Amino acid sequence: MEFRFPEDERFPAWKITFFQCAVAAAFLGLLVGYWRVQIGQHYLYAQRAEHNRVRSLPIIAPRGKILDREGRILAYSLPAFSVLLERENLSALTPERLSEIARGLQLDPGDVRTLIEQSKGLPRFQPIILKPTASLEDVSFVDSHQVEYPELALIQVERRVYPLHTAASAVLGHVGEVSEETIAKSGDEYKPGDVVGKSGIERMYNKILEGKDGMRRVIVNSRGEEVGSLDQIKAVPGHDLRLAIDLDLQVTAENSLGNRQGAVVALDPRTGDVLAMVSHPSFDPNDFAGHLDPKTWERLTSNPEKPLMNKAIQAQLAPGSVFKIFTGAAALETGTITPSYSVYCPGEVTIYGHTYHDWVWGKGGHGLVDLHRAIVVSCDVYFYTLGKLLGIDKLAYFAKHLGLGSRTGIDLPSEDSGLVPSPEWAKAVFKRPWWAGETISVAIGQGAVAVTPLQVAYAIGGIAEGGVFHRPHLAFESELANSDVKYPVDAVRRFPLKETTVRALTRGMWGAVNDGGGTGAGARCPGLDIAGKTGTAQVVSAGLQQATGNRYKNNAWFVGFSPSNNPDIVVAALVMQGEHSSVAAPIARDVIRAYYEKRYGPKFPAPQQVQASLTGQSDHNPAARGGIQSDP
Amino acid sequence: MIRKILDFRDVDWVLFGLAILIAAIGVAEIYSTTSHNPALASQYKRQIYWIILAGIVALVVSRVDYHIILEQLPWLYGLSIAALILLLVRGHSVAGVRRWISFGGVLTFQVSEFVKLVIILVVAALLADHRGKSVGWKDLVKLGILVGLPAALVALEPDLGTALTFFPIAAAGVLLAGIRGRQVLVIGLAGILMLPVAWHFARPYQRDRVMSFIHPKQDVRGASYQSTQSKIAIGSGGLWGKGVGNGTQSQLGFIPVSHADFIFAAFSEEQGFAGTLFVLMLYLALLLRLLDSAQMAGDRAGTLVLVGIAALLFFQIAVNVGMMIGLFPVTGIPLPLMSQGGSSVLSTFLGLGLAMSVRMRRLVY
Repeated sequence: MEFRFPEDERFPAWKITFFQCAVAAAFLGLLVGYWRVQIGQHYLYAQRAEHNRVRSLPIIAPRGKILDREGRILAYSLPAFSVLLERENLSALTPERLSEIARGLQLDPGDVRTLIEQSKGLPRFQPIILKPTASLEDVSFVDSHQVEYPELALIQVERRVYPLHTAASAVLGHVGEVSEETIAKSGDEYKPGDVVGKSGIERMYNKILEGKDGMRRVIVNSRGEEVGSLDQIKAVPGHDLRLAIDLDLQVTAENSLGNRQGAVVALDPRTGDVLAMVSHPSFDPNDFAGHLDPKTWERLTSNPEKPLMNKAIQAQLAPGSVFKIFTGAAALETGTITPSYSVYCPGEVTIYGHTYHDWVWGKGGHGLVDLHRAIVVSCDVYFYTLGKLLGIDKLAYFAKHLGLGSRTGIDLPSEDSGLVPSPEWAKAVFKRPWWAGETISVAIGQGAVAVTPLQVAYAIGGIAEGGVFHRPHLAFESELANSDVKYPVDAVRRFPLKETTVRALTRGMWGAVNDGGGTGAGARCPGLDIAGKTGTAQVVSAGLQQATGNRYKNNAWFVGFSPSNNPDIVVAALVMQGEHSSVAAPIARDVIRAYYEKRYGPKFPAPQQVQASLTGQSDHNPAARGGIQSDP
Repeated sequence: MIRKILDFRDVDWVLFGLAILIAAIGVAEIYSTTSHNPALASQYKRQIYWIILAGIVALVVSRVDYHIILEQLPWLYGLSIAALILLLVRGHSVAGVRRWISFGGVLTFQVSEFVKLVIILVVAALLADHRGKSVGWKDLVKLGILVGLPAALVALEPDLGTALTFFPIAAAGVLLAGIRGRQVLVIGLAGILMLPVAWHFARPYQRDRVMSFIHPKQDVRGASYQSTQSKIAIGSGGLWGKGVGNGTQSQLGFIPVSHADFIFAAFSEEQGFAGTLFVLMLYLALLLRLLDSAQMAGDRAGTLVLVGIAALLFFQIAVNVGMMIGLFPVTGIPLPLMSQGGSSVLSTFLGLGLAMSVRMRRLVY
């Protein structure tokens, strides 16, 4: 080939010049582009580069412990690990690898597969929690198989531990993963996966117990591996919270109620301290601390005895004869009767054309009874008569002012108010007038009247203190002083009662326990000045009646306190479907005995003349104040 | 025919110096982005060896009369086509792409890097003996076939980026030789009609790249991840850059292959706009120098060779530098002289040797 030709056949020079200009123009264009990115948008891209390389990892703040009044641990937190399964590349998870992972973590491969199937709808970057609380073996398995199973990861979590399991669980409540609504409402405060109190004290005082999570900023590479760290914000641990609960009394009450469905509340009526609160059957809050097993949840929610319900504050039941104290108080305070007012009880009485039976009907009657005897033997006829004399308005007025029909205001979520029926109530709820006969039923605590065990302890304690009602509380105000939680736990309500009224009622209740033929004899304890009142409620509230399958067993109540004058402790016990009130009395006795055994040792002074403290003569005797009867 | 004795005093040391300087900057950046990674830590040394070897080759080639090289064209072209076909049949596949021919498993050559140079020679040979103000239809069809066949073979590897580099070479040659408006219209129309066909044959990842170029915000972790990350790197570099070894985007692996195709993003991150400006000015000087030589070339073939080399380098530089900030879709086009890779370095220096060969013989007939 020949490529040479004369100079005049060269290409026109302007074409090369044009190329040079075009190249220069293009480079100018590139420089403009780089100028805009590097100078114009530098700040934006610098931020994004920083965001790329810096990861913020939370440092979980330990949740505060919950302690009893003597500092014994009711709930605490342990650092733990959860095993996660990353789902970004699930196709790599062949059935063989899946079963190997399941074997390594001691899980059932079928369960793991189900878990993966169930999470199909979640965003891919959201990992599945394979094992909420990993054992030491699990941790080392994941750690040593990073190469084989890169989809497994460990995250540090915190596990709440309740060493007493079901004991006091109704009070303590449980923790759980924060709900989506709470996250939405909280603004920036919570993120998915955070643990918050879901019920009980854990929920009520979540703000105190929870700490503030810290943050560790680390440098990661494009594979997300940590290659260095920048700084960290320390986690602020949550505060411990001491409760008024006395673990010894709590355990005594739990044991004394045993396997029966019911509730026990022990209060210090002088302060409102809740010394013990039991609801049975209950749940083990440890089950909620990790990943709640669906079977456990099913078992808890389908149980007709409602283990998740705190019966001490949520069971609204007819009080039965316990209400007679309120009827008596109304009658004495209004001057309708004096303590010596007597009624002849033949076993039945006809009022408003209807015959009402006494509970001893068919076995004769109580004969002529005054107020004291009426309380001791729980004479229905006597209180039917008082109900008729008082009328519903006065009865309801006093019942409400003595603490029934409204929430006590205890520092627990979801307290129920109970019900003191009245003509207004009948009109509002049933659109009908009040029937006069209803008053007669209400006077002995039947009919629509409904109370909670807490209300019974609160109200009877308040009456025994002469009409001073301390709001029941689990936390101490001093403990809340430094927190954001403002809850007036020390609130006092006064509804002064005449001294004669208080004395007549407390003497009556002392008699119910200690007099011959007293209905509360089951609470009698040699050496202790215990007063109390039984109740047998024939009616369960509509909802609970259905839930319990209409087994028509009676609920047994007993409320007892000691000493009978200005008591230190008041205990309400409810045994649902307990047939007879006598089954509840020993529970109150056990708790009261435990209270004094704790104070004075297992041996009380020899049995004393009981009347000493009743008459108030030994008010200045410290031993008598302590509920021990001493020789005057 | 007079043959002046040529010696190294006639070598275009300006061009050669610019190339070595740019390549040295490239080595520094390769060192910066790979030295912390044990698997890649020796890459900068390999690059140095390649540059030394390629520089020597360039100087040797510059001593060979480009006419003699042009005379080898028929078998060079045949060899290229044969090699490309062989590659498709049984090439050394890396990540599903067959671009390399392996020699004893040690050296792997990216065949298309050398086919580029053959294309330059084809265009030069075809259009050099053409007379008149513009090329005829016959020449255009011939050119289309001779360039289109290897381009199609390269595109099938698949290496669309390299295949595309053949077209600016042909286009520059045709523009130089002269083309009529009607011909531009017809070729343009044919090109537009080919687009759907090309789309049909495109691999999914190629479509993704084009789509992510059109809608860069849609899928940051997917196809546009690379261009997004390189843009973040460049933007975060600012005016003065983060300094050698301090580019977080490149050091922590957010920029893919920051020592190879994406080296300019890593460089811009660490050296800032100042560094970008400096290197782009070096490239511009190199290109203008090549075109200067083209102006002075002894004959039309020489001019065509130089314009072809300039067009090839310009296209690669512009596309590579432009795709870093999202001006072009991401294609596998390395940055000449800076990107790590033996084939690319050798091919570029071969081209520059050819260019020097033309310039040295500007006064020789």
